[in-house]
Amino acid sequence: MSELTSLTLAAARDGLRSKEFSAVELADAHLLAMEKARALNAYVLETPERALAMAKAADARIALGKAGPLEGIPLAVKDLFCTEAVRTTACSHILDNFVPTYDSTVTAQLWRDGAVLLGKTNNDEFAMGSSNETSYFGPVTSPWRRKGSNTRLTPGGSSGGSAAAVAAHLCLGATGTDTGGSIRQPAAFTGTVGIKPTYGRVSRWGIVAFASSLDQAGPFTRTVRDAAILLRSMAGPDDKDTTCADVPVPDYEAAVGRSVKGLRIGVPKEYRLEGMPAEIEKIWEQGRAWLKAAGAELVEVSLPHTKYALPAYYIVAPAEASSNLARYDGVRYGLREPGGDIREMYEKTRAAGFGAEVRRRIMIGTYVLSAGYYDAYYLRAQKVRTLIKRDFEQVFDAGVHAILTPATPSAAFGLGEKGGADPVEMYLNDIFTVTVNMAGLPGIAVPAGLDGQGLPLGLQLIGRPFDEETLFATAEVIEQAAGRFTPKPWW
Amino acid sequence: MSVDAVTVRRIAHLARIAVAEDEVDHLQGELNAMLAFVAQLEEVDVAGVEPMTSVTPMAMKKRHDVVTAGGIADDIVHNAPATDDHFFLVPKVVE
Repeated sequence: MSELTSLTLAAARDGLRSKEFSAVELADAHLLAMEKARALNAYVLETPERALAMAKAADARIALGKAGPLEGIPLAVKDLFCTEAVRTTACSHILDNFVPTYDSTVTAQLWRDGAVLLGKTNNDEFAMGSSNETSYFGPVTSPWRRKGSNTRLTPGGSSGGSAAAVAAHLCLGATGTDTGGSIRQPAAFTGTVGIKPTYGRVSRWGIVAFASSLDQAGPFTRTVRDAAILLRSMAGPDDKDTTCADVPVPDYEAAVGRSVKGLRIGVPKEYRLEGMPAEIEKIWEQGRAWLKAAGAELVEVSLPHTKYALPAYYIVAPAEASSNLARYDGVRYGLREPGGDIREMYEKTRAAGFGAEVRRRIMIGTYVLSAGYYDAYYLRAQKVRTLIKRDFEQVFDAGVHAILTPATPSAAFGLGEKGGADPVEMYLNDIFTVTVNMAGLPGIAVPAGLDGQGLPLGLQLIGRPFDEETLFATAEVIEQAAGRFTPKPWW
Repeated sequence: MSVDAVTVRRIAHLARIAVAEDEVDHLQGELNAMLAFVAQLEEVDVAGVEPMTSVTPMAMKKRHDVVTAGGIADDIVHNAPATDDHFFLVPKVVE
Protein backbone atom coordinates (compact mmCIF):
# COMPACT_ATOMS: atom_id res chain seq x y z
CA MET A 1 0.00 0.00 0.00
CA SER A 2 1.42 3.33 -0.97
CA GLU A 3 1.11 6.32 1.30
CA LEU A 4 -1.55 7.95 -0.87
CA THR A 5 -3.94 5.01 -0.56
CA SER A 6 -3.56 5.01 3.24
CA LEU A 7 -4.86 8.56 3.64
CA THR A 8 -8.23 9.25 5.13
CA LEU A 9 -10.73 10.92 2.82
CA ALA A 10 -10.46 14.11 4.91
CA ALA A 11 -6.64 14.13 4.70
CA ALA A 12 -6.73 13.49 0.95
CA ARG A 13 -9.18 16.34 0.49
CA ASP A 14 -6.87 18.70 2.38
CA GLY A 15 -3.78 17.42 0.54
CA LEU A 16 -5.43 17.98 -2.84
CA ARG A 17 -6.46 21.51 -1.95
CA SER A 18 -3.01 22.43 -0.72
CA LYS A 19 -1.58 20.77 -3.89
CA GLU A 20 0.69 18.33 -2.00
CA PHE A 21 -0.33 15.82 -4.67
CA SER A 22 -2.68 15.82 -7.64
CA ALA A 23 -5.97 14.04 -8.19
CA VAL A 24 -4.33 12.12 -11.04
CA GLU A 25 -1.56 10.90 -8.72
CA LEU A 26 -4.15 9.89 -6.15
CA ALA A 27 -6.25 8.03 -8.74
CA ASP A 28 -3.13 6.34 -10.16
CA ALA A 29 -2.07 5.07 -6.74
CA HIS A 30 -5.51 3.53 -6.23
CA LEU A 31 -5.70 1.99 -9.70
CA LEU A 32 -2.36 0.32 -9.04
CA ALA A 33 -3.56 -0.98 -5.67
CA MET A 34 -6.72 -2.34 -7.33
CA GLU A 35 -4.68 -4.16 -9.95
CA LYS A 36 -2.64 -5.88 -7.26
CA ALA A 37 -5.73 -6.81 -5.25
CA ARG A 38 -7.76 -8.57 -7.93
CA ALA A 39 -7.61 -11.79 -5.89
CA LEU A 40 -10.08 -10.19 -3.47
CA ASN A 41 -12.70 -9.84 -6.26
CA ALA A 42 -13.88 -6.59 -4.61
CA TYR A 43 -14.45 -4.85 -7.95
CA VAL A 44 -16.59 -6.36 -10.69
CA LEU A 45 -15.60 -3.56 -13.05
CA GLU A 46 -12.59 -1.26 -12.95
CA THR A 47 -12.92 2.05 -14.80
CA PRO A 48 -9.32 3.33 -15.05
CA GLU A 49 -9.81 5.52 -18.13
CA ARG A 50 -12.83 7.24 -16.66
CA ALA A 51 -11.03 7.61 -13.32
CA LEU A 52 -8.07 9.35 -14.91
CA ALA A 53 -10.27 11.61 -17.03
CA MET A 54 -12.33 12.59 -13.98
CA ALA A 55 -9.16 13.14 -11.93
CA LYS A 56 -7.70 15.35 -14.63
CA ALA A 57 -10.88 17.45 -14.67
CA ALA A 58 -10.73 17.64 -10.85
CA ASP A 59 -7.14 18.90 -10.98
CA ALA A 60 -8.25 21.60 -13.42
CA ARG A 61 -11.04 22.74 -11.10
CA ILE A 62 -8.67 22.73 -8.10
CA ALA A 63 -6.23 24.90 -10.09
CA LEU A 64 -9.07 27.35 -10.81
CA GLY A 65 -10.02 27.45 -7.12
CA LYS A 66 -13.37 25.85 -7.93
CA ALA A 67 -12.98 22.61 -5.98
CA GLY A 68 -16.18 20.84 -4.87
CA PRO A 69 -16.51 19.16 -1.45
CA LEU A 70 -15.20 15.83 -2.85
CA GLU A 71 -12.96 17.22 -5.57
CA GLY A 72 -10.52 14.54 -6.77
CA ILE A 73 -11.57 11.93 -4.17
CA PRO A 74 -11.43 8.41 -5.69
CA LEU A 75 -14.47 6.34 -4.75
CA ALA A 76 -15.91 2.91 -5.45
CA VAL A 77 -19.60 2.45 -6.25
CA LYS A 78 -21.64 -0.62 -5.39
CA ASP A 79 -22.86 -2.24 -8.62
CA LEU A 80 -26.45 -1.50 -7.58
CA PHE A 81 -26.16 2.20 -8.47
CA CYS A 82 -26.80 3.10 -12.09
CA THR A 83 -23.81 4.85 -13.62
CA GLU A 84 -24.11 6.49 -16.99
CA ALA A 85 -22.34 4.53 -19.74
CA VAL A 86 -20.78 2.23 -17.12
CA ARG A 87 -22.12 -1.32 -16.89
CA THR A 88 -24.44 -1.83 -13.90
CA THR A 89 -25.49 -5.38 -13.12
CA ALA A 90 -26.67 -5.72 -9.48
CA CYS A 91 -24.26 -8.69 -9.80
CA SER A 92 -27.00 -10.66 -11.53
CA HIS A 93 -26.79 -12.62 -14.78
CA ILE A 94 -30.13 -11.11 -15.76
CA LEU A 95 -28.51 -7.65 -15.97
CA ASP A 96 -24.94 -8.50 -16.88
CA ASN A 97 -25.08 -6.60 -20.18
CA PHE A 98 -26.96 -3.56 -18.84
CA VAL A 99 -25.40 -0.16 -19.53
CA PRO A 100 -27.50 2.68 -18.08
CA THR A 101 -28.00 5.88 -20.05
CA TYR A 102 -28.27 7.85 -16.81
CA ASP A 103 -26.72 8.18 -13.34
CA SER A 104 -28.51 7.48 -10.05
CA THR A 105 -29.20 10.62 -8.03
CA VAL A 106 -26.57 9.55 -5.48
CA THR A 107 -23.79 9.06 -8.03
CA ALA A 108 -24.79 12.22 -9.92
CA GLN A 109 -24.35 14.15 -6.65
CA LEU A 110 -20.94 12.56 -6.05
CA TRP A 111 -19.74 13.64 -9.51
CA ARG A 112 -21.33 17.09 -8.98
CA ASP A 113 -19.13 17.42 -5.88
CA GLY A 114 -15.97 16.39 -7.77
CA ALA A 115 -15.55 12.70 -6.86
CA VAL A 116 -13.70 10.25 -9.14
CA LEU A 117 -15.12 6.82 -10.08
CA LEU A 118 -12.60 3.98 -9.67
CA GLY A 119 -15.01 1.18 -10.50
CA LYS A 120 -18.08 -0.83 -9.52
CA THR A 121 -17.96 -3.13 -6.51
CA ASN A 122 -19.21 -6.65 -5.99
CA ASN A 123 -22.34 -7.44 -4.00
CA ASP A 124 -24.80 -10.21 -3.34
CA GLU A 125 -27.14 -10.61 -6.32
CA PHE A 126 -29.78 -7.84 -6.09
CA ALA A 127 -28.36 -7.20 -2.57
CA MET A 128 -29.91 -10.45 -1.33
CA GLY A 129 -27.36 -12.02 0.97
CA SER A 130 -25.13 -11.48 3.98
CA SER A 131 -21.84 -12.91 2.71
CA ASN A 132 -21.47 -11.72 -0.89
CA GLU A 133 -21.66 -15.37 -1.94
CA THR A 134 -24.80 -14.98 -4.08
CA SER A 135 -23.03 -12.67 -6.58
CA TYR A 136 -23.02 -13.86 -10.19
CA PHE A 137 -19.35 -12.76 -10.25
CA GLY A 138 -18.41 -14.96 -7.30
CA PRO A 139 -17.75 -14.05 -3.67
CA VAL A 140 -15.48 -11.31 -2.39
CA THR A 141 -12.61 -12.47 -0.19
CA SER A 142 -12.14 -10.34 2.90
CA PRO A 143 -8.75 -8.61 3.31
CA TRP A 144 -8.91 -9.88 6.90
CA ARG A 145 -7.69 -13.32 7.95
CA ARG A 146 -7.79 -15.17 11.23
CA LYS A 147 -4.45 -15.16 13.03
CA GLY A 148 -2.22 -17.87 11.57
CA SER A 149 -4.84 -19.07 9.07
CA ASN A 150 -5.27 -18.83 5.30
CA THR A 151 -9.00 -19.56 5.40
CA ARG A 152 -10.88 -17.24 3.06
CA LEU A 153 -13.37 -15.18 5.03
CA THR A 154 -16.41 -13.24 3.94
CA PRO A 155 -16.32 -9.44 4.10
CA GLY A 156 -20.07 -9.69 4.80
CA GLY A 157 -22.84 -8.66 2.50
CA SER A 158 -24.58 -7.56 0.59
CA SER A 159 -22.18 -4.60 0.09
CA GLY A 160 -19.14 -6.91 0.49
CA GLY A 161 -17.10 -5.44 -2.36
CA SER A 162 -17.45 -1.88 -1.08
CA ALA A 163 -16.49 -2.89 2.46
CA ALA A 164 -13.49 -4.93 1.28
CA ALA A 165 -12.33 -2.15 -1.08
CA VAL A 166 -12.39 0.43 1.72
CA ALA A 167 -10.70 -1.90 4.24
CA ALA A 168 -7.97 -2.96 1.76
CA HIS A 169 -7.24 0.67 0.77
CA LEU A 170 -8.54 0.22 -2.80
CA CYS A 171 -10.51 3.48 -2.54
CA LEU A 172 -10.99 6.28 -0.03
CA GLY A 173 -14.69 5.59 0.37
CA ALA A 174 -17.49 3.65 -1.24
CA THR A 175 -21.24 3.63 -1.59
CA GLY A 176 -23.43 0.84 -0.28
CA THR A 177 -27.09 0.06 0.18
CA ASP A 178 -28.73 -1.38 3.27
CA THR A 179 -32.08 -3.19 3.28
CA GLY A 180 -31.59 -5.36 6.38
CA GLY A 181 -27.97 -4.70 7.37
CA SER A 182 -26.11 -4.69 4.05
CA ILE A 183 -23.96 -1.69 5.01
CA ARG A 184 -23.56 -2.17 8.76
CA GLN A 185 -22.79 -5.93 8.80
CA PRO A 186 -19.98 -5.75 6.19
CA ALA A 187 -18.64 -2.61 7.89
CA ALA A 188 -18.46 -4.53 11.18
CA PHE A 189 -16.80 -7.54 9.47
CA THR A 190 -14.10 -5.42 7.82
CA GLY A 191 -13.28 -2.85 10.52
CA THR A 192 -14.77 0.02 8.51
CA VAL A 193 -17.39 2.63 9.27
CA GLY A 194 -20.78 2.30 7.58
CA ILE A 195 -23.98 4.24 8.06
CA LYS A 196 -27.53 3.53 6.94
CA PRO A 197 -29.26 6.89 7.08
CA THR A 198 -32.90 7.51 8.00
CA TYR A 199 -35.34 6.18 5.40
CA GLY A 200 -35.90 9.10 3.04
CA ARG A 201 -32.61 10.86 3.75
CA VAL A 202 -31.01 9.65 0.52
CA SER A 203 -32.74 9.37 -2.85
CA ARG A 204 -33.29 5.85 -4.13
CA TRP A 205 -33.70 7.02 -7.73
CA GLY A 206 -31.48 5.06 -10.09
CA ILE A 207 -30.55 2.42 -7.51
CA VAL A 208 -31.60 -1.10 -8.48
CA ALA A 209 -34.55 -1.76 -6.17
CA PHE A 210 -34.73 -4.69 -3.76
CA ALA A 211 -37.37 -3.80 -1.11
CA SER A 212 -38.47 -0.22 -1.61
CA SER A 213 -39.79 0.48 1.91
CA LEU A 214 -36.50 -0.71 3.45
CA ASP A 215 -33.73 0.17 0.95
CA GLN A 216 -31.48 3.09 1.81
CA ALA A 217 -28.05 4.07 0.47
CA GLY A 218 -25.10 5.13 2.62
CA PRO A 219 -21.31 5.38 2.68
CA PHE A 220 -18.41 3.12 3.75
CA THR A 221 -15.23 4.82 4.94
CA ARG A 222 -12.26 4.25 7.24
CA THR A 223 -13.21 6.97 9.75
CA VAL A 224 -16.38 8.47 11.20
CA ARG A 225 -15.40 11.90 9.87
CA ASP A 226 -15.03 10.49 6.35
CA ALA A 227 -18.50 8.93 6.56
CA ALA A 228 -19.92 12.31 7.60
CA ILE A 229 -18.27 14.00 4.62
CA LEU A 230 -19.45 11.39 2.13
CA LEU A 231 -23.03 11.17 3.42
CA ARG A 232 -23.47 14.91 3.08
CA SER A 233 -22.81 14.64 -0.66
CA MET A 234 -25.02 11.56 -1.09
CA ALA A 235 -28.05 12.89 0.82
CA GLY A 236 -30.72 15.47 0.13
CA PRO A 237 -34.15 16.06 -1.38
CA ASP A 238 -34.89 14.69 -4.84
CA ASP A 239 -38.02 15.28 -6.89
CA LYS A 240 -37.44 12.01 -8.71
CA ASP A 241 -38.05 9.95 -5.53
CA THR A 242 -41.39 10.66 -3.82
CA THR A 243 -40.16 8.92 -0.65
CA CYS A 244 -37.09 11.14 -0.40
CA ALA A 245 -37.71 13.67 2.38
CA ASP A 246 -37.73 17.40 1.76
CA VAL A 247 -35.49 18.18 4.70
CA PRO A 248 -32.20 20.05 4.49
CA VAL A 249 -28.96 18.09 4.98
CA PRO A 250 -26.92 19.33 7.94
CA ASP A 251 -23.14 19.76 7.88
CA TYR A 252 -22.50 16.28 9.28
CA GLU A 253 -18.78 16.87 9.62
CA ALA A 254 -19.49 19.61 12.15
CA ALA A 255 -21.11 17.00 14.41
CA VAL A 256 -17.89 14.94 14.50
CA GLY A 257 -16.12 15.87 17.72
CA ARG A 258 -19.26 17.30 19.31
CA SER A 259 -19.49 16.38 22.99
CA VAL A 260 -21.75 13.50 24.05
CA LYS A 261 -21.88 14.80 27.62
CA GLY A 262 -25.40 14.48 28.99
CA LEU A 263 -26.65 12.30 26.09
CA ARG A 264 -28.85 9.42 27.19
CA ILE A 265 -27.76 6.21 25.48
CA GLY A 266 -30.16 3.28 25.59
CA VAL A 267 -28.97 -0.30 26.00
CA PRO A 268 -31.73 -2.69 24.90
CA LYS A 269 -31.96 -5.81 27.05
CA GLU A 270 -33.50 -7.82 24.19
CA TYR A 271 -30.22 -7.63 22.26
CA ARG A 272 -28.53 -9.81 24.86
CA LEU A 273 -28.98 -13.10 23.05
CA GLU A 274 -28.64 -16.53 24.49
CA GLY A 275 -25.52 -18.20 23.12
CA MET A 276 -23.99 -14.93 21.94
CA PRO A 277 -20.16 -15.16 21.91
CA ALA A 278 -18.59 -13.73 25.09
CA GLU A 279 -16.40 -11.47 22.94
CA ILE A 280 -19.47 -9.71 21.52
CA GLU A 281 -20.82 -9.11 25.03
CA LYS A 282 -17.38 -7.86 26.08
CA ILE A 283 -17.06 -5.34 23.25
CA TRP A 284 -20.59 -4.10 23.95
CA GLU A 285 -19.67 -3.58 27.62
CA GLN A 286 -16.50 -1.79 26.51
CA GLY A 287 -18.58 0.52 24.31
CA ARG A 288 -20.82 1.38 27.23
CA ALA A 289 -17.78 2.18 29.37
CA TRP A 290 -16.28 4.45 26.68
CA LEU A 291 -19.48 6.44 26.30
CA LYS A 292 -19.90 6.70 30.06
CA ALA A 293 -16.34 8.00 30.41
CA ALA A 294 -17.18 10.64 27.77
CA GLY A 295 -20.06 11.88 29.92
CA ALA A 296 -23.03 10.05 28.41
CA GLU A 297 -25.66 8.49 30.62
CA LEU A 298 -26.32 4.80 29.95
CA VAL A 299 -29.83 3.50 30.56
CA GLU A 300 -31.31 0.06 30.08
CA VAL A 301 -34.24 0.13 27.66
CA SER A 302 -36.69 -2.45 26.36
CA LEU A 303 -37.64 -3.11 22.72
CA PRO A 304 -40.01 -6.03 23.33
CA HIS A 305 -40.72 -6.91 19.67
CA THR A 306 -37.06 -7.24 18.68
CA LYS A 307 -37.21 -11.01 18.10
CA TYR A 308 -40.04 -10.60 15.59
CA ALA A 309 -38.18 -8.15 13.37
CA LEU A 310 -36.29 -10.79 11.39
CA PRO A 311 -39.29 -13.06 10.64
CA ALA A 312 -41.40 -10.00 9.72
CA TYR A 313 -38.55 -8.82 7.47
CA TYR A 314 -38.52 -12.17 5.66
CA ILE A 315 -42.13 -11.55 4.67
CA VAL A 316 -42.00 -7.83 3.86
CA ALA A 317 -38.68 -7.82 1.96
CA PRO A 318 -39.39 -10.82 -0.33
CA ALA A 319 -42.92 -9.50 -0.98
CA GLU A 320 -41.55 -6.16 -2.16
CA ALA A 321 -38.76 -7.90 -4.06
CA SER A 322 -41.18 -10.16 -5.92
CA SER A 323 -42.97 -7.04 -7.12
CA ASN A 324 -39.83 -5.01 -7.92
CA LEU A 325 -38.13 -7.86 -9.77
CA ALA A 326 -41.16 -8.48 -11.98
CA ARG A 327 -39.62 -5.91 -14.33
CA TYR A 328 -36.90 -8.37 -15.43
CA ASP A 329 -38.88 -10.00 -18.20
CA GLY A 330 -36.47 -10.12 -21.13
CA VAL A 331 -38.30 -7.36 -22.99
CA ARG A 332 -36.91 -3.92 -22.15
CA TYR A 333 -33.41 -4.72 -20.92
CA GLY A 334 -31.22 -7.52 -19.70
CA LEU A 335 -31.06 -11.17 -20.56
CA ARG A 336 -33.55 -12.87 -22.87
CA GLU A 337 -33.87 -16.62 -23.34
CA PRO A 338 -35.88 -17.60 -26.41
CA GLY A 339 -39.26 -19.27 -25.90
CA GLY A 340 -42.10 -20.51 -28.12
CA ASP A 341 -44.52 -17.91 -26.81
CA ILE A 342 -44.17 -14.88 -24.57
CA ARG A 343 -44.93 -16.76 -21.37
CA GLU A 344 -42.30 -19.37 -22.04
CA MET A 345 -39.83 -16.59 -22.86
CA TYR A 346 -40.55 -14.90 -19.50
CA GLU A 347 -40.24 -18.12 -17.53
CA LYS A 348 -37.03 -19.30 -19.22
CA THR A 349 -35.44 -15.85 -19.01
CA ARG A 350 -36.14 -15.51 -15.30
CA ALA A 351 -35.07 -19.08 -14.53
CA ALA A 352 -31.75 -18.56 -16.33
CA GLY A 353 -31.17 -14.99 -15.16
CA PHE A 354 -31.83 -15.19 -11.42
CA GLY A 355 -29.62 -17.12 -9.01
CA ALA A 356 -30.94 -19.57 -6.41
CA GLU A 357 -31.31 -17.10 -3.53
CA VAL A 358 -33.12 -14.54 -5.67
CA ARG A 359 -35.47 -17.17 -7.12
CA ARG A 360 -36.24 -18.40 -3.61
CA ARG A 361 -37.06 -14.91 -2.34
CA ILE A 362 -39.22 -14.03 -5.34
CA MET A 363 -41.16 -17.24 -4.79
CA ILE A 364 -41.68 -16.71 -1.06
CA GLY A 365 -42.72 -13.11 -1.81
CA THR A 366 -45.15 -14.27 -4.47
CA TYR A 367 -46.62 -16.79 -2.03
CA VAL A 368 -47.17 -14.35 0.87
CA LEU A 369 -48.89 -11.89 -1.46
CA SER A 370 -51.05 -14.49 -3.18
CA ALA A 371 -54.81 -14.80 -2.71
CA GLY A 372 -55.69 -16.52 0.55
CA TYR A 373 -52.32 -15.92 2.20
CA TYR A 374 -52.04 -12.13 2.10
CA ASP A 375 -53.78 -11.54 5.46
CA ALA A 376 -52.05 -14.37 7.30
CA TYR A 377 -48.56 -13.35 6.21
CA TYR A 378 -48.14 -9.94 4.63
CA LEU A 379 -50.77 -7.99 6.55
CA ARG A 380 -49.70 -9.54 9.85
CA ALA A 381 -46.05 -8.72 9.14
CA GLN A 382 -46.96 -5.08 8.43
CA LYS A 383 -48.78 -4.93 11.77
CA VAL A 384 -45.75 -6.39 13.55
CA ARG A 385 -43.68 -3.75 11.79
CA THR A 386 -45.88 -1.05 13.36
CA LEU A 387 -45.15 -2.60 16.76
CA ILE A 388 -41.40 -2.71 16.13
CA LYS A 389 -41.41 0.97 15.22
CA ARG A 390 -43.57 1.80 18.24
CA ASP A 391 -40.98 0.14 20.54
CA PHE A 392 -38.35 2.57 19.31
CA GLU A 393 -40.69 5.58 19.49
CA GLN A 394 -41.46 4.87 23.13
CA VAL A 395 -37.77 4.66 23.99
CA PHE A 396 -36.97 7.91 22.18
CA ASP A 397 -40.02 9.63 23.71
CA ALA A 398 -38.67 8.69 27.13
CA GLY A 399 -35.65 10.90 26.46
CA VAL A 400 -33.14 8.45 24.95
CA HIS A 401 -30.96 10.10 22.26
CA ALA A 402 -29.39 6.99 20.73
CA ILE A 403 -29.23 3.23 21.28
CA LEU A 404 -26.04 1.17 21.55
CA THR A 405 -25.97 -2.47 20.42
CA PRO A 406 -23.49 -4.93 18.91
CA ALA A 407 -23.47 -4.67 15.10
CA THR A 408 -23.40 -8.42 14.44
CA PRO A 409 -23.85 -11.58 16.52
CA SER A 410 -20.34 -12.83 15.53
CA ALA A 411 -17.14 -11.88 13.74
CA ALA A 412 -16.71 -12.69 10.03
CA PHE A 413 -17.12 -16.35 9.06
CA GLY A 414 -15.48 -18.41 6.33
CA LEU A 415 -16.75 -18.55 2.76
CA GLY A 416 -19.04 -21.55 2.36
CA GLU A 417 -19.49 -21.97 6.12
CA LYS A 418 -23.08 -20.82 6.48
CA GLY A 419 -26.49 -21.27 4.90
CA GLY A 420 -25.67 -24.36 2.83
CA ALA A 421 -28.41 -26.53 4.29
CA ASP A 422 -30.79 -23.96 5.79
CA PRO A 423 -31.15 -20.45 4.36
CA VAL A 424 -32.33 -19.17 7.77
CA GLU A 425 -28.86 -19.75 9.26
CA MET A 426 -27.49 -16.99 7.01
CA TYR A 427 -30.43 -14.70 7.70
CA LEU A 428 -29.63 -14.65 11.44
CA ASN A 429 -26.58 -12.48 10.68
CA ASP A 430 -28.87 -9.47 10.40
CA ILE A 431 -30.59 -9.95 13.74
CA PHE A 432 -29.22 -6.69 15.25
CA THR A 433 -29.45 -4.56 12.12
CA VAL A 434 -32.79 -5.49 10.55
CA THR A 435 -34.89 -3.82 13.27
CA VAL A 436 -33.48 -0.46 12.17
CA ASN A 437 -34.69 -0.88 8.57
CA MET A 438 -38.09 -2.06 9.74
CA ALA A 439 -38.41 1.17 11.78
CA GLY A 440 -36.83 3.42 9.11
CA LEU A 441 -34.22 4.73 11.58
CA PRO A 442 -30.58 5.72 11.02
CA GLY A 443 -27.90 3.26 12.21
CA ILE A 444 -24.12 3.40 12.11
CA ALA A 445 -21.59 0.59 12.55
CA VAL A 446 -18.23 1.62 13.96
CA PRO A 447 -15.19 -0.60 14.60
CA ALA A 448 -14.69 -1.24 18.31
CA GLY A 449 -11.94 -3.86 18.56
CA LEU A 450 -10.55 -7.21 17.43
CA ASP A 451 -11.58 -10.62 18.69
CA GLY A 452 -9.21 -13.33 19.92
CA GLN A 453 -8.55 -14.45 16.33
CA GLY A 454 -7.65 -10.93 15.26
CA LEU A 455 -10.91 -10.17 13.42
CA PRO A 456 -12.75 -6.85 13.68
CA LEU A 457 -15.88 -6.43 15.78
CA GLY A 458 -18.24 -3.49 15.44
CA LEU A 459 -20.76 -1.64 17.54
CA GLN A 460 -23.99 -0.20 16.24
CA LEU A 461 -25.61 3.08 17.25
CA ILE A 462 -29.27 3.62 16.36
CA GLY A 463 -30.64 7.17 16.23
CA ARG A 464 -33.84 9.14 16.13
CA PRO A 465 -35.28 9.81 12.67
CA PHE A 466 -33.14 12.32 10.74
CA ASP A 467 -30.68 12.68 13.62
CA GLU A 468 -27.60 11.21 11.96
CA GLU A 469 -25.58 13.97 13.65
CA THR A 470 -25.90 12.37 17.10
CA LEU A 471 -24.72 9.08 15.57
CA PHE A 472 -21.62 10.74 14.09
CA ALA A 473 -20.83 12.51 17.40
CA THR A 474 -21.26 9.31 19.42
CA ALA A 475 -19.47 7.04 16.95
CA GLU A 476 -16.51 9.41 16.98
CA VAL A 477 -16.17 8.87 20.75
CA ILE A 478 -15.98 5.11 20.12
CA GLU A 479 -13.47 5.55 17.29
CA GLN A 480 -11.26 7.79 19.42
CA ALA A 481 -11.30 5.24 22.24
CA ALA A 482 -11.01 2.07 20.14
CA GLY A 483 -8.58 3.29 17.48
CA ARG A 484 -8.64 2.17 13.87
CA PHE A 485 -8.06 -1.29 12.45
CA THR A 486 -6.25 -2.11 9.21
CA PRO A 487 -5.72 -5.59 7.74
CA LYS A 488 -2.14 -6.66 6.97
CA PRO A 489 -1.82 -7.00 3.19
CA TRP A 490 -1.35 -10.63 2.03
CA TRP A 491 -2.81 -10.23 -1.44
CA MET B 1 -48.50 -23.63 7.25
CA SER B 2 -46.37 -25.38 4.67
CA VAL B 3 -46.38 -25.77 0.91
CA ASP B 4 -46.70 -28.99 -1.10
CA ALA B 5 -45.25 -29.75 -4.52
CA VAL B 6 -48.39 -28.56 -6.32
CA THR B 7 -48.21 -25.20 -4.54
CA VAL B 8 -44.51 -24.85 -5.39
CA ARG B 9 -45.34 -25.29 -9.08
CA ARG B 10 -48.22 -22.82 -8.79
CA ILE B 11 -46.02 -20.17 -7.11
CA ALA B 12 -43.31 -20.68 -9.73
CA HIS B 13 -45.88 -20.12 -12.44
CA LEU B 14 -47.23 -16.96 -10.73
CA ALA B 15 -43.66 -15.69 -10.41
CA ARG B 16 -42.95 -16.56 -14.07
CA ILE B 17 -39.93 -18.66 -13.20
CA ALA B 18 -39.51 -22.00 -14.97
CA VAL B 19 -38.88 -24.77 -12.45
CA ALA B 20 -37.68 -28.18 -13.59
CA GLU B 21 -39.38 -31.25 -12.09
CA ASP B 22 -36.20 -32.27 -10.26
CA GLU B 23 -35.95 -28.86 -8.55
CA VAL B 24 -39.40 -28.96 -6.94
CA ASP B 25 -38.41 -31.14 -3.98
CA HIS B 26 -35.48 -28.99 -3.01
CA LEU B 27 -37.43 -25.73 -3.42
CA GLN B 28 -40.28 -27.10 -1.36
CA GLY B 29 -37.85 -27.82 1.51
CA GLU B 30 -36.33 -24.34 1.37
CA LEU B 31 -39.66 -22.53 1.19
CA ASN B 32 -40.95 -24.57 4.10
CA ALA B 33 -37.84 -23.72 6.15
CA MET B 34 -38.61 -20.04 5.58
CA LEU B 35 -42.29 -20.47 6.40
CA ALA B 36 -41.40 -22.32 9.61
CA PHE B 37 -39.13 -19.44 10.56
CA VAL B 38 -41.77 -16.75 10.00
CA ALA B 39 -44.44 -18.81 11.78
CA GLN B 40 -43.35 -17.29 15.12
CA LEU B 41 -45.22 -14.13 14.11
CA GLU B 42 -48.43 -16.02 14.91
CA GLU B 43 -47.72 -15.57 18.64
CA VAL B 44 -47.73 -11.72 18.40
CA ASP B 45 -50.93 -10.02 19.52
CA VAL B 46 -51.77 -7.69 16.65
CA ALA B 47 -55.39 -6.97 17.62
CA GLY B 48 -56.20 -3.34 16.90
CA VAL B 49 -52.75 -2.62 15.38
CA GLU B 50 -52.69 -0.68 12.12
CA PRO B 51 -50.52 -2.25 9.40
CA MET B 52 -47.58 -0.03 8.47
CA THR B 53 -48.01 1.72 5.14
CA SER B 54 -45.26 4.33 5.43
CA VAL B 55 -42.22 4.06 7.67
CA THR B 56 -41.77 7.83 7.97
CA PRO B 57 -44.83 10.02 8.37
CA MET B 58 -44.87 12.09 5.19
CA ALA B 59 -47.33 13.45 2.71
CA MET B 60 -46.74 12.00 -0.74
CA LYS B 61 -44.97 14.54 -2.91
CA LYS B 62 -46.81 15.42 -6.07
CA ARG B 63 -45.55 16.99 -9.23
CA HIS B 64 -47.19 18.57 -12.22
CA ASP B 65 -48.31 16.12 -14.88
CA VAL B 66 -45.84 17.26 -17.50
CA VAL B 67 -43.12 15.66 -19.58
CA THR B 68 -39.79 16.10 -17.76
CA ALA B 69 -37.57 13.94 -19.94
CA GLY B 70 -39.20 13.38 -23.30
CA GLY B 71 -37.76 12.63 -26.71
CA ILE B 72 -35.36 9.94 -25.50
CA ALA B 73 -36.67 6.90 -27.34
CA ASP B 74 -33.10 5.95 -28.29
CA ASP B 75 -32.17 5.81 -24.60
CA ILE B 76 -35.24 3.80 -23.69
CA VAL B 77 -34.60 1.00 -26.19
CA HIS B 78 -30.82 1.20 -25.74
CA ASN B 79 -30.60 -1.96 -23.59
CA ALA B 80 -33.45 -3.95 -25.13
CA PRO B 81 -32.61 -7.47 -26.39
CA ALA B 82 -34.73 -7.04 -29.56
CA THR B 83 -36.12 -3.84 -31.06
CA ASP B 84 -37.38 -2.52 -34.36
CA ASP B 85 -37.59 1.21 -34.96
CA HIS B 86 -38.10 2.17 -31.28
CA PHE B 87 -40.46 -0.75 -30.66
CA PHE B 88 -39.70 -3.64 -28.29
CA LEU B 89 -40.00 -6.98 -30.04
CA VAL B 90 -41.56 -9.95 -28.23
CA PRO B 91 -42.58 -13.47 -29.26
CA LYS B 92 -46.11 -13.89 -30.59
CA VAL B 93 -48.72 -13.10 -27.88
CA VAL B 94 -51.98 -13.75 -29.77
CA GLU B 95 -52.43 -16.65 -32.18
